Amino acid sequence: MLEGQFLKLATLNNNLIKMLNNTLFNFIIMMAKQLSVVCFFILFFTIAASAQDLVKGKKIFETRCLVCHQADGGGVPNMNAPLDGSSNVVGNNIARLVKIIIGGYSEKVPLDGYYYNNVMTANPDLKDADIANVLSYIRTSWSNKATKITVAQVQAAKRKK
Amino acid sequence: MKHLKNLFFLALLIIATQLGAQNNAGLKLPEGFKATLFADTIGSARHITITKNGVVFAKLMYPNKAGKSIIRLEDVNKDGVADKINGWGNYGGTGIYVKGKDLYATSDNDIYLYQLNEKDEVVNPLSPKTIVKGLIAKNQHASKSITLDGENNVYVNIGAYSNACQEKDRTPGSKGMMPCPILDSAGGIWKFNATKENQVYGDGKRYATGLRNVVGLDWNTKTNSLFVMQHGRDQLNSFYPSLYTDAQNAELPAETMYELHEGDNAGWPYVYFDPYQKKKIVSPEYGGDGKKEGGENALNPTVFFPAHMAPNALLFYTGDQFPAKYKNGAFIAFHGSWNRAPLPQEGYFVAFVPFKDGKPSGEWEIFANGFSGLAGDEKVTNVRKVKSRPCGLAQGPDGSLYVSDDARGSIFKISYTK
Repeated sequence: MLEGQFLKLATLNNNLIKMLNNTLFNFIIMMAKQLSVVCFFILFFTIAASAQDLVKGKKIFETRCLVCHQADGGGVPNMNAPLDGSSNVVGNNIARLVKIIIGGYSEKVPLDGYYYNNVMTANPDLKDADIANVLSYIRTSWSNKATKITVAQVQAAKRKK
Repeated sequence: MKHLKNLFFLALLIIATQLGAQNNAGLKLPEGFKATLFADTIGSARHITITKNGVVFAKLMYPNKAGKSIIRLEDVNKDGVADKINGWGNYGGTGIYVKGKDLYATSDNDIYLYQLNEKDEVVNPLSPKTIVKGLIAKNQHASKSITLDGENNVYVNIGAYSNACQEKDRTPGSKGMMPCPILDSAGGIWKFNATKENQVYGDGKRYATGLRNVVGLDWNTKTNSLFVMQHGRDQLNSFYPSLYTDAQNAELPAETMYELHEGDNAGWPYVYFDPYQKKKIVSPEYGGDGKKEGGENALNPTVFFPAHMAPNALLFYTGDQFPAKYKNGAFIAFHGSWNRAPLPQEGYFVAFVPFKDGKPSGEWEIFANGFSGLAGDEKVTNVRKVKSRPCGLAQGPDGSLYVSDDARGSIFKISYTK
């Protein structure tokens, strides 16, 4: 009898544990599902936002840069420097790129072995985010496969004189 | 089987070579004209000039791979292709002009004079006379083009180191300077004695002003006067999007030809020439709105062409080889545009304007096309991929027309055969 009682209890206990286990399992599964959804959304928005940055960068390129640097980023020989394939554009000297975008350019120095003699217009009105976006666009367009530029990088570049 | 394959490739090779000879070096020309590739990849060939013996000299924008910047080309076996090529000089530049045994060449600052012997070989490659020195060259529009008149004077273009004489060049909203101080030392044509050494600004004379940048110029021996081709201003719509659309930017202002006499003013930077209204319009940097007329005392163009095509050479044809309609008319080498983007580019051809009694006697037309290397009528959209860009013109002693190209570094020889 007692044995029977104990067995009953044990079964009950087992069931309880099973139930608890199930609940915990379900809970974990549920959490994981939710987490993945959250992760998915975070990822989605990151990608979307990043694509959005490139769209904004492209817009700035088209209104301010394309007329000289051309739609293919190839520039004009001897006149306007190319962006596509330019060691400056895909290089790591972000401070120099930021400085040229803000202040324009008129020095006669060779780029990848060629000279360019047109004057680049200054863009003092561009916001840090605009600069990051347009830099990200030109660094990842055509054959360029450099890293994108963040607002923080632009701000750090501006602090560097 | 292998033999067959080899034979096939040999046949292809022969056909390709034949086509190369028959296709006029890739140029599209009027009926009866033929072209040969006189020279190829000699360097960035800007202007060219030809002696009475038919020796061609080309000035390179930069020294070529061999470190030479003035190239001498001779076609000894007379097959239309230069077979004796050598060079000297270590400085880049655009201008070159031969008169008898005097060979003039320019850097961006100076005009030099070399002496040729009876074989048209240079006598003093390392020690030319310096005729003019210290001309302004600030990177933009720095190249110096030259021509001579019949009275021992040399005319040199000094381009404005600016787009529209703004307080800050090529900056949106920056006002035009009044008066434009650049015009004191640039933005015009200067006249110097062609044989006096070491002349500076004070020794010369500002012959004509109000010319933003001239690359093509020639002395017309019929009218006994100087003709020039101006490069019109850029970026009307980039800086004034409320006044000009992309489409208007692509078409404004006209590229203009002027006949110049001493003291003339072509209006830059205060006005530009609108090819649709056929009027001189006040520049937006000087308060213009795209309609307001100005430049009452400024010249009207002799001929005008579509915008931004960059006329880099002008030549009045005095030969007897070409049909009568070409006699005394003007050939213009259009280097090709870039400032029409995002719209397709224009130019990259040699144009012709017929002249009678010193005045244009008909519409301009495309004379030689196909320099860009694109198929059919395809327009240039990628400037850096263009094969050849016409930059210089010269007339051979037999009346053939030579065209130089500073992209691939070739020279084309165009002849007429009945």
